[in-house]
Amino acid sequence: MVARVANLAKLELKPGEAGHLVGELNAILGWIDQLQQVDTDGVEPMAMVIPTTRQWREDIVTDGNRQAEVLANAPAQNHGFFAVPKVVE
Amino acid sequence: MTALTELSLAAMRAGLDRGDFTARELVSAHIAAMEAARPLNAFITETPGDALAAADAADLARTAGTAGTLAGIPLGIKDLFATKGVRTTAASAILKDFVPPYESTVTAKLKAAGAAFLGKLSLDEFAMGGSNETSAFGPVVSPWRANGSDAKLVPGGSSGGSSAAVAARVVAAATATDTGGSIRQPAAFTGLVGVKPTYGRCSRWGTIAFASSLDQAGVLARDVTDAAMVLETISGFDPADSTSLDVPVPPYAAQLSPDLRGMRVGIPREYRVDGMDSALISLWDEGARWLHDAGAEIVDISLPHTRHALATYYVVGPAEASSNLARYDGVRYGTRVTPPDGSLNDMYAATRAAGFGAEVKRRIMIGTYVLSAGYYDAYYLKAQRVRTLVARDFQEGFGQCDLILTPTTPTAAFPLGSRVEDPLAMYLNDIFTVPASLAGLPAASVPAGLDPSGLPLGLQLIGRQLDEQAVLNGCLAIERASNFTAKPVCWWK
Repeated sequence: MVARVANLAKLELKPGEAGHLVGELNAILGWIDQLQQVDTDGVEPMAMVIPTTRQWREDIVTDGNRQAEVLANAPAQNHGFFAVPKVVE
Repeated sequence: MTALTELSLAAMRAGLDRGDFTARELVSAHIAAMEAARPLNAFITETPGDALAAADAADLARTAGTAGTLAGIPLGIKDLFATKGVRTTAASAILKDFVPPYESTVTAKLKAAGAAFLGKLSLDEFAMGGSNETSAFGPVVSPWRANGSDAKLVPGGSSGGSSAAVAARVVAAATATDTGGSIRQPAAFTGLVGVKPTYGRCSRWGTIAFASSLDQAGVLARDVTDAAMVLETISGFDPADSTSLDVPVPPYAAQLSPDLRGMRVGIPREYRVDGMDSALISLWDEGARWLHDAGAEIVDISLPHTRHALATYYVVGPAEASSNLARYDGVRYGTRVTPPDGSLNDMYAATRAAGFGAEVKRRIMIGTYVLSAGYYDAYYLKAQRVRTLVARDFQEGFGQCDLILTPTTPTAAFPLGSRVEDPLAMYLNDIFTVPASLAGLPAASVPAGLDPSGLPLGLQLIGRQLDEQAVLNGCLAIERASNFTAKPVCWWK
């Protein structure tokens, strides 16, 4: 289970780390299981604690032309783009 | 004359207005205090040059009659708020060199009011923790020590740099954020006032996200008046945050009153948990008496789903965190680790393994698990339904009262290192603060007394949505009655 979730989360586990996590996560998930005792029949799930309806705004450009700022923290860049390892073989 | 660092924020403002001292003198005294307090490890980045520039601007503005409400006041900023041109790390190795090209709304409002930022304060990594021990920049040490002991104590978390710096008289007040108790618990541990306003009261724009449906900015200060002054500055609608509430902000400080006649204060019986410390129970009872003496009627109330709030939080919080932290992939900013001949996927996994600490990984793993196919309904959707029940409890409770009084934490501050091996024990520390977070309600911790070892204990007041004023007024009544004047004895100079 830990290896599958780590893959979904894009987290490389170091040797030995998985074993440690199994115990910790089992303890936490076991404790979380108490929620199954709560009767929630007919109860709506809460996604937003204070529902707000937003006003539409004018469909105009409010920001932009900041290529240098956007790229300033990039670990690697090339010709004004973010650069990443080759994706297509 | 009292040392400038000992003054309350209100007294600093009055002294500056009278011309008793200049902002440069005030800020310089605090920079000296910051340098002397380095053994506390409260700051990740010090910005004394920026602070002095703001002080000089404040002195000029005062002469010109254009000074803002916090002109020249030395503040600390939790390193979760993006500050333009100043490194902002979230106390994570993955953002250790990140310099934001933009300013968070909360800090922009403080700058517009003339505040002088001494630097960026440490926190638990991505605000995940209750002891400030998960910071990639090392643990923060509380300025407090138990009687007759030199054992290092935690300053609380996640806003532990903020609480340590304010309690040690290094800054007049500090910004903080609260997802499940990260303002109120450090306030309780260090003898401070900590206010988490209603969800949506302060803009989250430019605040590095942990759990977006819970995160809320607020303040740590040494008294209720100071907290009210900072809170009214950072509150207000912001079109850049889609959950920001478009409602007027009352002048909290001007409207402060310890007169609670006509108010009803509820004591929720479910907060009286097994094995609760007797000193804490007496303090809670005493708090109820103080509020009664201030004119309030005390009523017993029931919040039946309280005991499931913490487990709910530890599903919803990690789920949102696992989504929010998906953005740290080494592509656009932050640390990148590229394994030799590795694919893009290998780069993601290696970057995140190197950049995140143990607690952040744990929460990402839990969050990813509860959102994954086959478990989503049983865990995440279930927790969202229980969250509705927790919020409904409060709605019903507030039919019988205007404020709710509880302890802030089950115990006083614990020794550094004593709980890092047991994540679950660490989580249980949030038991009294998490329910109000799940319901999005304004809540504050106010210092109320000392435990038998001489460490501060706090009481928590929870109010109705948007009723920060009642919370602050209740805190003021407790502040007046408790006459809490204890402060840490300086051992770090």
